[in-house]
Amino acid sequence: MTVQRPIDAAQPGVDAVTTRAPKAVKLENVSVVFGRGEKAVTALAPTTLDLEKGAFLALVGPSGCGKSTILKLVSNLLAPSSGVVIVGGKEAKAKALKVGMAFQNPTMLPWLSIERNVMLPLKIVPPYCHRFRAERKGEFRDRVHALLDKVGLTGFGDHFPWQLSGGMLQRASLCRALIHEPDLLLLDEPFGALDQFTREELWAILQDLYLDRRPSVILVTHDLREAGFLASRICVMSPRPGKIISDRAVDIPRPRDIGLIYQPAFVEMTQELRALIAQVRK
Amino acid sequence: MDDELSINIASAALICGFFALWEVLCLLLGVSDLILPRPSDIVATLIDRFPVLWPHILQTLYTTLVGFALGVGIGVAIGVLIGVSRIAYGVAYPLLVGFSSIPKVAVVPIFVLWFGSGTTPAILTAMVICVFPIVVNIATGLATTEPELEDVLKSLGASRRQILWNVGLPRTMPYFFASLKVAITLSFVGAVLSETVASNRGIGNVMMSASSNFDVSLVFAGLMILAALGVALYVVFSMLERRVTGWATRKNDFAVT
Ligand SMILES: Nc1ncnc2c1ncn2[C@@H]1O[C@H](COP(=O)(O)OP(=O)(O)OP(=O)(O)O)[C@@H](O)[C@H]1O
Ligand SMILES: [Mg+2]
Repeated sequence: MTVQRPIDAAQPGVDAVTTRAPKAVKLENVSVVFGRGEKAVTALAPTTLDLEKGAFLALVGPSGCGKSTILKLVSNLLAPSSGVVIVGGKEAKAKALKVGMAFQNPTMLPWLSIERNVMLPLKIVPPYCHRFRAERKGEFRDRVHALLDKVGLTGFGDHFPWQLSGGMLQRASLCRALIHEPDLLLLDEPFGALDQFTREELWAILQDLYLDRRPSVILVTHDLREAGFLASRICVMSPRPGKIISDRAVDIPRPRDIGLIYQPAFVEMTQELRALIAQVRK
Repeated sequence: MDDELSINIASAALICGFFALWEVLCLLLGVSDLILPRPSDIVATLIDRFPVLWPHILQTLYTTLVGFALGVGIGVAIGVLIGVSRIAYGVAYPLLVGFSSIPKVAVVPIFVLWFGSGTTPAILTAMVICVFPIVVNIATGLATTEPELEDVLKSLGASRRQILWNVGLPRTMPYFFASLKVAITLSFVGAVLSETVASNRGIGNVMMSASSNFDVSLVFAGLMILAALGVALYVVFSMLERRVTGWATRKNDFAVT
């Protein structure tokens, strides 16, 4: 496969068109401080960021810079110390968008089988929750199994979380984030525990799902190739207290093929990103 | 599996050995029936008097189970109320521990004073004595639920009730069942105790009156019945525990009593 358009390295991600596009997420001068007094830790310096509806944003940056914190703000697990978080046009706590989140630790409820864990969003989120009782052994079950098959967990539906490896749990956790077809997908290092091949396989699957339904996505990752391959925009964060120091578009047409990551232009882009992060780490 | 079987056989052998030793020692040392009857005497008395003992067994079981059921109901309700809020838990925990360390035996005379002797004080004693371990365990289970587990539901926009129902309560089940095993035994103790002091029915009362008639083998027969009932109740609840909370048996350090 060839890269049809050159990778646009210099141009910032927010151009005239995207500024006017409706926003899925907007952070306005949001900061997060944990603790009080002498022990206070600024996890996130005042940050402004917006995500167009249907965009795929990758968030990269050194460990501890506040990437998970941003995802928690957007999913309303955390309230900002200052600033506002707008999701789907309303404050985050209004829950205006259907959110699917894969956590950095793939926390599964230990008393439920993998199938029931993955099904959990269907039990909670409308409109599915109204049909949960009727469908949990029918349509919903089939749906869960179809998704588990896709990520290579065929036959593990009735296993319990402790019977799965870390990478398998991560894949199950990805399924749980996707099962209810969310409008906003928040993925916190979803492929961190996977080998290169499984990882690339899942990149392709995630891209298909994205092209299929076009949710808005924020992907936190340490893998620059992953960010470049999947995202339409990459934001780089500085070390703690984190803020966004670079915001660039990835102008490669989709569907993207995995061979892309060996193209010179792509390699050049990841190297630039790498140099940038290496520089800010100091 | 084989290990489990041989352990079971060994513990059965130990119990049989204990009774055999008791029998033999009594025979060898010529211990009087009035001091320590032999197991064979006790079994004979049990069989002999069974028709008379049976209603008392039922009475003791009845007061125990009713008191226990009330205690569980009240204990779960209070435990949930305290456990859902970390602040309430922090505030109430010292009080709970204080209450649960009062010897509950002391309440029997009060109940007798209020309700007269008989079934009511036995039920109430059984209830009071088992409430606290349940409250403490439910509250602890809820209050120590990992925030990460709750986050899974919160991120989906779940209400507090949904979080309690889908995360808090299931996660608390191992604590709850561990406390049930303790609570049923305590209820049993409470019921028998109250019967001994103030009732004309129940195994406790049988033993009391047998002892004042110097019917020593009947006293011991009563003791045997109590032991058997206690073990049976415990076994029922541990089996229940294992069925319901099998997921937690990989880490078996639950139960704060
Ligand atoms: N609950 C908390 N209490 C206090 N400090 C916290 C808490 N959670 C996070 N922090 C601090 O906030 C900072 C940002 O944390 P965050 O989890 O967002 O980092 P991250 O960018 O996701 O890092 P990583 O790549 O290692 O996952 C960290 O430096 C950490 O010290
Ligand atoms: Mg993180």
